[in-house]
Amino acid sequence: MASKLTTSNRAGWGFALPGFGLIMLFIVIPFFFAFYLSLTNQRLISPNPTEFVGLSNYDRLLSISVLTIEPEVDDTGAVVRDDAGNAQYPRVRTFTRNNPDYSQYAGMREWFRWHWGETAKVVVATDVVFWKSLRNTLMFVLVVAPVQAGLALCLALLINQRLRGINVYRAIYFMPVVVSIVVVSLLFRFIYDGNDGLLNNVLGFVTFGTFEGRDWLGSENTALGAIMGMSIWQAVGFHMVIWLSGLQTISPTLYEASSIEGASKFQTFRYVTWPGLRNTAVLILIVITMQAFALFAQIDVMTRGGPLDSTTTIVFQAVERGYGKQDISGGSAISVVLFLLVLSISLIQRYLTRER
Amino acid sequence: MATINPDNRGLRLAVRYLVLTLIALIFIFPLVFMVMSSLKPDLQLLRDTSSLRAFLPVGDISLDNYYNAFSRVPIAQFMFNSLFVTATTVFLSLLLCSLAAFSFVFLNWSGKNVALAIIIATLIIPFETIAIPLLLFVSKLPWIGMEGLTFGWLDTYRVQIIPLVADGLTIFLFVQYFRDLPRDLIEASRVEGASWMQIYLRVVMPLSGPILATAAILKFLAMYNQYLWPLMVVQQEAYRPVMVGVQYFFQLSTAWGEIMAYLTIITIPVLAFYLVLQRAFIASIASTGVKG
Repeated sequence: MASKLTTSNRAGWGFALPGFGLIMLFIVIPFFFAFYLSLTNQRLISPNPTEFVGLSNYDRLLSISVLTIEPEVDDTGAVVRDDAGNAQYPRVRTFTRNNPDYSQYAGMREWFRWHWGETAKVVVATDVVFWKSLRNTLMFVLVVAPVQAGLALCLALLINQRLRGINVYRAIYFMPVVVSIVVVSLLFRFIYDGNDGLLNNVLGFVTFGTFEGRDWLGSENTALGAIMGMSIWQAVGFHMVIWLSGLQTISPTLYEASSIEGASKFQTFRYVTWPGLRNTAVLILIVITMQAFALFAQIDVMTRGGPLDSTTTIVFQAVERGYGKQDISGGSAISVVLFLLVLSISLIQRYLTRER
Repeated sequence: MATINPDNRGLRLAVRYLVLTLIALIFIFPLVFMVMSSLKPDLQLLRDTSSLRAFLPVGDISLDNYYNAFSRVPIAQFMFNSLFVTATTVFLSLLLCSLAAFSFVFLNWSGKNVALAIIIATLIIPFETIAIPLLLFVSKLPWIGMEGLTFGWLDTYRVQIIPLVADGLTIFLFVQYFRDLPRDLIEASRVEGASWMQIYLRVVMPLSGPILATAAILKFLAMYNQYLWPLMVVQQEAYRPVMVGVQYFFQLSTAWGEIMAYLTIITIPVLAFYLVLQRAFIASIASTGVKG
């Protein structure tokens, strides 16, 4: 590659070492350290020596099972029913606490249940909160990644026209990106407030008072959605700009050609713009997915995981345990699970969007 | 096709601007609301949320909330901490990452390709996945300072700076940029007997204005807005940055005016910076998109 440049190991290493060394020390080593720590019982400060505990952290984190419960029957074999006619079931804890016949469920708690005829199927897990954090994070990713990428593309197409003053609009759409998500989260706690929140008042105004105000962050049904909406509002400008730079790499002659051919706007988008955005699309999806998996600050500032764990996330749990409870090994195990998730989703996205 | 008569075109233009403006309002109103609310006493503030007055500086306008916020929280100290940590990290990051990238692009040395591959691979490691082991790691690290050899970096400036100086993205952006520089120039200086350091300082750096601006802006945003890391490694007010300072207000969810004042104060530096260097900000984000 470099013709005149002979090998110069000393200078080469000398220049690269400070930067490379810091990356090794503070990214690569901690990364492998996470795998190691997750196999121990390491605490942040502990008088006892650290012990190797194998996979037990993962076992506790990931143990999940379906418990089948038949309704209670009385002496005659008839199903016991309450006044409303619903079948009565034995309590889950009779199976999960000190029951030698069901030792595989020992220590587990109910996550949720559904009914199969009169039989109840109860999903039990050792670490229900972690499973909820997994579910919430995946929901966040599955909603935010496509919606944010799509909205960002719409904004980019809107901004990519030749109009006087268009740069002012671009600057405004981008503005929330530079504002810290921490600031935005605290601001939106006010906006989402149940009593005097701006959102309730605005919605009441545009529906002529028929909208009933609610406490957006205080209800399990709306809290995660409210956080999704705010997160998209804050970050969509970032991805708009990346789409824009992709749009501007498409040669104008292609557009001229398609206009000479008499292509409609939609056809131009479908056959000229979209194929030209292929690499950008892959990049944006991966970047948004990685950012979405890392969801933490919004949760910490707005809900701290509540109400009823409906907004707790993987990173929030990792920090809560690793830092809050000083359980470094438990937090590391969660971190490793998170990394494997991010990695596998990125690989799947790469595979699905590969060049054919 | 629509006929091209002037009225029709004027109408379509008006619709376009209307759409653009309505969307702009969605992005700008919450921020305007924040600033306006910071100027109003709490009673009026809550009353105003039910009308357009929420976005206007009307009624009993004063800086009282700012006085109160200042007396509740050591804002000046937090702001100094944030700016000091941010400025130092940005400077060191530009220096060390550009040196490393220079070496990767222009020098030949054994192990170079492996080292670069490792750096690229770190791009898929979110910081959040290494934060917990890193916390344990820095709590044990040695340091030689005024008090001699000490262990543990918690509650210092350095713990907020050194682990975050080098990152794969910054090195990668420099590498991309340096690859497009004319090689002849570097080879000619080499033939003339310039040392690598001289080439870095006198040939490459003067040509690197755009990439330095890009890397500085990205690092500035990331550092000033740090939250998770300082939350874990700093307990003392003396080293606490502004973003972690918001926690002082978590318990007072009724003193909204004061909260909005604090948020406005800590947002102004970055917003001012953005408004002045708007084009450079957007260009720097855009440049992260040309990889892959």
